[in-house]
Amino acid sequence: MRRGGKIGFWAAAAFGAACLAPPAYAERLVTSVSTHRVLITSNFTGTELVLFGSIDGAPADTQIGAYDVVVSVRGPARSFVTRRKERILGLWVNTDSREFAQVPTYLAVMSNKPVAEIGPPEMLRRYGIGLVNNVLPPPAGNDAPEVPPEDSFRGAFLRVKTNEGAYTADPKAVTFLTPRFFRAGVPIPGTAQTGDYQVETLLIAKGAVLAQQQTAIEVVKTGFEAVVAQEARNHRFFYGLGTALLALMTGLIATLLFRYD
Amino acid sequence: MPIYLPIAELPVNIFLILGLGVAIGFISGMFGIGGGFLMTPLLILLGIPPAVAVASVPGYMAASSFSGTFTYWRKRLVDLGLGFVLLSGAILGTASGVWFFAFLRRAGQLDLFIALAYIVLLTAVGALMMTESVRAILRTWRGMPPILRRPGTHAWFHGLPFKLRFRQSRIYVSAIPITVIGFAAGFIGAVMGVGGGFLLVPALIYLMRVPTTVSVATSLFLTLLTMLVATVLHAVENRTVDAVLALVLMVGGVFGAQFGARAGQAIRAEQLRLLLGLIIIAVGVRVAADLISAPVEPFSVVPKEIWE
Repeated sequence: MRRGGKIGFWAAAAFGAACLAPPAYAERLVTSVSTHRVLITSNFTGTELVLFGSIDGAPADTQIGAYDVVVSVRGPARSFVTRRKERILGLWVNTDSREFAQVPTYLAVMSNKPVAEIGPPEMLRRYGIGLVNNVLPPPAGNDAPEVPPEDSFRGAFLRVKTNEGAYTADPKAVTFLTPRFFRAGVPIPGTAQTGDYQVETLLIAKGAVLAQQQTAIEVVKTGFEAVVAQEARNHRFFYGLGTALLALMTGLIATLLFRYD
Repeated sequence: MPIYLPIAELPVNIFLILGLGVAIGFISGMFGIGGGFLMTPLLILLGIPPAVAVASVPGYMAASSFSGTFTYWRKRLVDLGLGFVLLSGAILGTASGVWFFAFLRRAGQLDLFIALAYIVLLTAVGALMMTESVRAILRTWRGMPPILRRPGTHAWFHGLPFKLRFRQSRIYVSAIPITVIGFAAGFIGAVMGVGGGFLLVPALIYLMRVPTTVSVATSLFLTLLTMLVATVLHAVENRTVDAVLALVLMVGGVFGAQFGARAGQAIRAEQLRLLLGLIIIAVGVRVAADLISAPVEPFSVVPKEIWE
């Protein structure tokens, strides 16, 4: 009897909690990346990882399209300077510049539809969804327009980075295999910097974030590439001396091979 | 076949880099120049970060100038005394150039300065070589004897103190103008990321009246020494020497240089100078066109250096 009463109590409590909180909070997100370590070898030209995700606790009658998913991959942070050229005396000269402090060297925002359709601008800004919201997000409570007109530098920075291939926004990269199961391809370009890459997955419905998952992948050099990079960093003088000797040896070998006088 | 460059941190096609080494090596073997003024901009064009390109090209230049130096050394054409006086000026010039490079980079006007320096120097040296060689070619066509060494005219700098006798070069001049020439070559080399040989050789021939072969031999010897030192300095100071990139360039370069040297011997000297003048002017015009025409993307993004 006592036991039954306890179960009844917990059931009542759970029911009450479910009534008080928005019902959407019942969903949980489970994600898995195909590998957590990207190894850079001498023939590395970039690779693609696959992220699989499952939505737990979704209602039984869920249709595809009920949920939106945004996967953001952020590479190691670094500061960049953006300069603008202007015509002075007939020559194109750097005039103005802006610094972008500690922004990702690599950024990929993958979603199942364009991020602008996923939620209101304020919510996108708060959760750092979309390329523009990952670079110098305006301070909280700032009711300035989405991209202030004087902020042409931010637009240019994103444009240059996108053309370089360092930043990508793909509104079709997340595909739902079933209403509760999705996959996303995460491209890692050959120019990727080594370091930790944060992978953040957001589950969204009707413009509200329901669940969030964080995981990390590590991009490391391995084998010969790692040895060369380590020597260049740790034994600078001997590395330089070694390269100089390499030059002398190459020159000597070629001279002996081609000696014809 | 792609190969990953460990310091530049990007994959490149090994045959493309090897081919670039062969092509520039051919030109440098043919004309007796280092070829840095062609190699550095081409590598940057291929997407290699400028800091890595500028630091890795000296290793390639040391390798490709080695066989030339070796050959001239055996023929006793290298003027060691002249070389070391030039070197003392070049070391001072390189140090000042590295400092000036950092100053311009902080001011954000490095691109502009390098472009202007390329335009002024390349078009001036190229035009000088072209007019001189065209005149020589015209003289040969008309059947006139080529002008040999001009009589020993005395310029103002012959009155300066600290006179030294350089036996192989057959000159007796003050150490001051030679140090200044070395300084200028070192300074411009460090700022522009080139060897400075394309300035040193004309300066020695036209200003100091050093015989052409001794000028070329001594300039190559100086290039070898300064480029070896530059490789070590860049490795210690900037940590941007990519040994894999340098090695691929070296292997291509030394082979290209051997074939270039043979091709160079098959062409008359004044025609060779005309060709080199054309190449130098073409690079200068290309740089000028970039500076004058409206850029497709007026914005540029560079990583902020940690030490700034």
